[in-house]
Amino acid sequence: MTKILALTGADAAAEAMRQVHPDVVAAYPITPQTGIVQTYSSFVADGLVDTEMVTVESEHSAMSAVVGAASAGARAMTATSANGLALMWEIVYIAASYRLPIVAPVVNRALSGPINIHCDHSDSMGCRDSGWIQLFSENTQETYDNIIQAVKIGENKDVMLPVMITLDGFIISHVMERVEALEDEEVSKFVGTFTAKYPLLDVDNPVTYGPLDLQDYYFEHKRQQYQAMQNSADVIKNVGKEFGALSGRYYDLLELHKMEDAEFAIIALGSTAGTAKYLVDQMRNEGKKVGMIKIRSFRPFPIEDLRLAVKKLKGLSVLDRSISFGAKGGPVFVEVESALFRTGIDIPVLNYIYGLGGRDITPTEMRISFSDLEKAVKGEKFPAVQFIGLRG
Amino acid sequence: MSNNGWKDIPEGGLILEAGNSIKYETGSWRTYKPVTDMEKCIHCLFCWMYCPDSSRIVKDGKLVDTDLFHCKGCGVCAKECPKKCIEMVLEE
Ligand code: SF4
Ligand code: SF4
Repeated sequence: MTKILALTGADAAAEAMRQVHPDVVAAYPITPQTGIVQTYSSFVADGLVDTEMVTVESEHSAMSAVVGAASAGARAMTATSANGLALMWEIVYIAASYRLPIVAPVVNRALSGPINIHCDHSDSMGCRDSGWIQLFSENTQETYDNIIQAVKIGENKDVMLPVMITLDGFIISHVMERVEALEDEEVSKFVGTFTAKYPLLDVDNPVTYGPLDLQDYYFEHKRQQYQAMQNSADVIKNVGKEFGALSGRYYDLLELHKMEDAEFAIIALGSTAGTAKYLVDQMRNEGKKVGMIKIRSFRPFPIEDLRLAVKKLKGLSVLDRSISFGAKGGPVFVEVESALFRTGIDIPVLNYIYGLGGRDITPTEMRISFSDLEKAVKGEKFPAVQFIGLRG
Repeated sequence: MSNNGWKDIPEGGLILEAGNSIKYETGSWRTYKPVTDMEKCIHCLFCWMYCPDSSRIVKDGKLVDTDLFHCKGCGVCAKECPKKCIEMVLEE
């Protein structure tokens, strides 16, 4: 039975966590993430869950505590944003390297400085090489759905990696939307129970976590992590199908919107994908053959799926809500272009940086990413990176 | 130590066998080895207490030998011996 709830993104994340019912949650408040752990701590205080809630003194300690808990054999979660994620940094890599399937909602917020509390993707993009799976949510519903799926993805024996579920700060985290929620028992059954292979608390089978790993073995362990991330692509797809069978909402690495006969398309992540769909629908009514590709899984990056999705296009625009100083373009653009390089897909690919520090992007502003493409196919040249919504 | 490939070692750098450091030959790091003049030794066991690799072997309260598989040649024993009866000798 589906329950219809009115929830903010933060509360939807907390609700999904309540239903997953992790053994341990350790967190430190930071705007705009605070809503998640605030609501979750009410669940703990009200006795709705018997999760061990560890209120730590910093995000570095929060991530350390969940690494400890997961090593001990617990299902462990945390949540953070921006500078909180930056403070976790050292342990973010360690969580992935120890192969601990921690799940962490990250409420996307611009990294300081200058200090800003609003949405961009600089925080999660910064740890794209940390070995975490990264799934971006478009809205409150997807935040809820992704957190439940993340547990099953990360804990798959061929994966065993931590999973970061992003939701755009304020735009999703603080806005109330309609959410179709599953029953508690359905979620419990879907995620199953977590049985760690080598729990530290199993005193009869003692193991060592975190020994020195030098020239003789470190390299092999990185190769294993590489494989786990490769394996995760199929697991994300399969879990997305299973979740679809349960909820009616199917998930994949990419979501394609009006792409069947599209000539031009834009790529977006997070809440902007919703805006892009609106624009695409508007332009379709005007008779334009346009479409949108939403990258749900940024890590692993869906290279093959993307090639397939764009192979009939005449032009492609990539929207980036973060900036990589000194690179050819934003992080999404660089991935997209390298995925298409030397594949015979020789079309103009334009890059737009937008929305840094929470600046809104409107469908009208977004139109430029299509109109430029129409000119680009006729030979007009554009700078490697352009900016939408920036004062000139 | 095994030299297994990446598919055949535990994930995450875990060590699955307790107490396996005994198999690790720290003795291979040694340049100088401790040679004890047992005539002068008073079996005070200072060297046994100080040795960071538990390589000074004691039996029935007496110093009897050095475990050269694990002795890394640090010279702490020689430094701490009150009788100065341990000499660090270059190994060829
Ligand atoms: S040289 Fe160092 S390691 Fe070797 S026996 Fe003496 S104290 Fe122990
Ligand atoms: S410290 Fe010197 S005297 Fe004392 S037990 Fe060791 S070798 Fe003998």
